[in-house]
Amino acid sequence: MANGASIPITNYKYGFAKPERYVFKSKKGLDADVVRQISGFKNEPEWMREQRLRALSIFQSKQMPIWGADLSTINFDDIYYYIRPTDRQAKSWGELPKEIKDTYDAIGIPEAERKFLAGVTAQYESESVYHSFQKQWEDKGVVFLDMDSGLREYGDLVKQYFGKAIPPADNKFAALNSAVWSGGSFIYVPPGISVEIPLQAYFRINAANMGQFERTLIIIDEGAYVHYVEGCTAPVYSTDSLHAAVVEIFVKRGGRCRYTTIQNWSSNVYNLVTKRAFVEEEGIMEWVDGNIGSKITMKYPSCYLTGRGARGEILSLALAGENQHQDAGGKLVFLAPETSGEIISKSVSHSGGRTSYRGLVKVIKSAERVKCNVRCDALILDEKSRSDTYPTMQVDEDNVTIGHEAAVSKINADQLFYLMSRGLTEVEATSLIINGFIEPIVKELPLEYAVELNRLIQLNMEGAVG
Amino acid sequence: MAGKQEILKGIDLEVKAGELHVLMGPNGSGKSTLAQVIAGAPQFTIDPTPLKLRGASSSPITFNGEDITKLTPDKRAKLGIFLGFQHPVEVPGVSVFNVLRRAKQSISGPVSGSSHPTSSTKSNSKRNQQSLVGLRALDGTPSATATRSLSAFRQELLEYASSLRLSDDFLRRSLNEGFSGGEKKRSEILQMMALSPKLVILDEIDSGLDVDGLKLVSSAINQFRFNNPRSSVLLITHYARILKYLKPDFVHVMVEGKIVKSGRLSLAREIENKGYQAINF
Repeated sequence: MANGASIPITNYKYGFAKPERYVFKSKKGLDADVVRQISGFKNEPEWMREQRLRALSIFQSKQMPIWGADLSTINFDDIYYYIRPTDRQAKSWGELPKEIKDTYDAIGIPEAERKFLAGVTAQYESESVYHSFQKQWEDKGVVFLDMDSGLREYGDLVKQYFGKAIPPADNKFAALNSAVWSGGSFIYVPPGISVEIPLQAYFRINAANMGQFERTLIIIDEGAYVHYVEGCTAPVYSTDSLHAAVVEIFVKRGGRCRYTTIQNWSSNVYNLVTKRAFVEEEGIMEWVDGNIGSKITMKYPSCYLTGRGARGEILSLALAGENQHQDAGGKLVFLAPETSGEIISKSVSHSGGRTSYRGLVKVIKSAERVKCNVRCDALILDEKSRSDTYPTMQVDEDNVTIGHEAAVSKINADQLFYLMSRGLTEVEATSLIINGFIEPIVKELPLEYAVELNRLIQLNMEGAVG
Repeated sequence: MAGKQEILKGIDLEVKAGELHVLMGPNGSGKSTLAQVIAGAPQFTIDPTPLKLRGASSSPITFNGEDITKLTPDKRAKLGIFLGFQHPVEVPGVSVFNVLRRAKQSISGPVSGSSHPTSSTKSNSKRNQQSLVGLRALDGTPSATATRSLSAFRQELLEYASSLRLSDDFLRRSLNEGFSGGEKKRSEILQMMALSPKLVILDEIDSGLDVDGLKLVSSAINQFRFNNPRSSVLLITHYARILKYLKPDFVHVMVEGKIVKSGRLSLAREIENKGYQAINF
């Protein structure tokens, strides 16, 4: 790895334009020409172009998933697969939908940050903060780049891991992403290095990382640690209707990775994301996955526990309001003895929204002494709303300890009366009960996210209650 | 919808500022229902017809001259009505402090935010205003004032907790979740102290308390009355034993949805000795 940085890939050209300055827009719809164009435009190595083309044919041959949320209205011919990042977002503050502006007001997002989130500026202005950290990371050999730069600067390393956790054939949307990906993050943490400050896509991010088809690759070397945080609590406006991201993580022996996501895409977005981590001996992977926005989300972060004693934790949070379907959950695949894992899912549906928990626990024969616990709780606020649970268990080893608990509840009238008798309005009381319900997950979020999330829930309840 | 059942059959009760009233009665006599109706529990409705028939000019429930019959529980709380629950409800994931902070914010008028648990109502109005601004600011951008008021409020609560022998981490615990019976009751008293209501209704605050708990709670009630001389207390109980520590101005006996007898402390003694059946209605 140490010299990986200095070996430019064969067709790398010095002085190549930063992606932000690309003036390029593919035509609508998808075919091999479009894929070649994207790859050529990024001046990618041959292997990546070939992989994109293979992925395209897989995408074209795969049926739409018939399980899960309703995806029948996605029109693949009506999508631009590569656009200059800035073209994707609102041009001016005035273009932004009113409800999004109101939300920024209500949860108190600072001015500079709003403009960034809205896409009115392409760069969040806390760059300087980022740069001071960046120096520290670089001194320790930590790599934190956008994926396009990662491919250019660390081609060999990327080639070794790219598509190895999630091959294009994994599912239709992984294939799509593999064919047309752009942006996302590339992270490498050298052995024994612990990155104390969470890496936030936020600080470094430019419009490219908010892309439709982000591709993220994280490699945590032996005994290393990183906490990566992506997304934000505030709504992110996008004119795109389809987001299909892929996140691949490799945790080496004794390493640990925590990956925190809060997505609050605007309500026009299909958010179909594949996230998977391979965890070696004694390694730990933690997914904290919050889904607040989008029209439809299908996302099941996964841990493949390949080495003895590896551990996977998945905390999933979903809020679904009017016209939203959050189909979320997680997968734990136990491939070695003494591996352990936990899935905790908390979902809230209101105003006709729908949440689904979808989970997989798989233990192969010979993975002895596996310990696994799954808990999914759903809170349904009104008669119009809905929640379902689809747990799957495939356990081929007898010597294991596996627990599964599921509960569906409603807002309890006694709780409401009790809190209101203390002076809280119905909205305040309801919000507080919801915040209490999701607290086991929220307490794992960075503080500013937790605070914003609490306010956001109150805001949602103002529309939903009474 | 289940059929309607008449629980209270005409209650005539007036509690004046600063008074302590005790409401006694056998199980199922409607005491708790009365407490909940005053606090505004939504599952009960009041039929105003009998009042009209009697030609009464007053509304079913008035508080400081204001008709509160149609007010939601939070509005009644803001006017200064507090119900200490017989069975406090668990709210998982929501800390005692969080609830009290919000309750304090909501109930704008009264008291503290001062670090003085022994301050009296009279001198408090100015201080209140300050603390309120501070607390409200907390939900927006934290300011130095907000932080100070909040820590003062927390300090005040810690002192109350300590006086009730609740542990230091009590404020951080989920409201009523996993509390022992005694902790639940003391938590209700803690909330009363923190919110300094004008009318306190304590529904069987003495049940489930051992002798020490009973003494603690009684002395907290006495302290509260001393600090808030204009606040009134309506205490609901089965047993006269708490009256060893409290001095009520009036004792009422309720049977089958009606107050059948009112009197002084001697009435409670009589019940203690002879039981409800022996009372000559």
